[in-house]
Amino acid sequence: MKAAILTFPGSNCDQDLVSALKTEYQIEAELLWHTRAFDVAHDIYFVPGGFSYGDYLRTGALAAQSRSLGSLREAAAKGKPIVGICNGFQILCEAKLLPGALIRNENLQHICEWVGLKGDGDWRGVYPDGYALPVSHGEGNFICSADDLKSIQDNGQALLRYTQNPNGATFDIAGLASANKRVIGLMPHPERALKEQPDAAVSKARFGRLFFEKIFSLVSA
Amino acid sequence: MKHFNATATVRFKKSVLEPQGKAIQLSLAEKGSHEFSLVRVGKYIEVELEAVSLEEAKQKMEKIAGDMLYNDVMETCEIHVQEVAI
Repeated sequence: MKAAILTFPGSNCDQDLVSALKTEYQIEAELLWHTRAFDVAHDIYFVPGGFSYGDYLRTGALAAQSRSLGSLREAAAKGKPIVGICNGFQILCEAKLLPGALIRNENLQHICEWVGLKGDGDWRGVYPDGYALPVSHGEGNFICSADDLKSIQDNGQALLRYTQNPNGATFDIAGLASANKRVIGLMPHPERALKEQPDAAVSKARFGRLFFEKIFSLVSA
Repeated sequence: MKHFNATATVRFKKSVLEPQGKAIQLSLAEKGSHEFSLVRVGKYIEVELEAVSLEEAKQKMEKIAGDMLYNDVMETCEIHVQEVAI
């Protein structure tokens, strides 16, 4: 499997993804710098977390205008799986590859904790009770128009929902798919949930694997 | 080519949480100024550009505003363009 990770000035979770893919799945991911267009020759694309362009203008707004995003649009048009994590989710929304936008958390705080999640929509029942992943964000409060929300609900696009909403997100949305289910954005960090967690509940250990397995199934689909 | 100054005023929609304005309002209230019932902070973006006409300058501004300067999910944008003599 050929994987690629788009990187921008201010990305800071790209190496976590590189490490996760290499250590857990023996996948060598190619890093794609924002200034260059690329050939759509990979099986899956990741847009990592961080603070691209220092969150200037709006989170993800300037990254969405970059040259590499032009190529990512081609990848999306070809139906390649694309996964945006945290800032990556914000970038995919700004690029209009996903509906809606992510604004400041309702409590105005940066939230860094494990959050309970459940699969919904197309992923209903995919994850066990007590499923959780870590989040770390200041702008994870998902909003969208009433029309978009109806489409999201009708098409089963809200793949991951918080069991206890930490940030005010509409419909408790933590992870969202495009209408064709090939572009996925999520605020939680599955790449940070692959190692045994000595100080976390045993049940939380390696929950990231369940996410990646689901994602990799998109490659062959 | 003519020269233009343009501005884009970007405001959060009323329905969207705007914490800076809220914080300013609370700070005013703490000082005893309770008459300010709403404070909203937005963005004011200044642009200098060249175009053959005022109409083209406006079109160019509207294009970058829609593509980039504001996000219509959460914001509105008001554009003003004025020709300047060099």
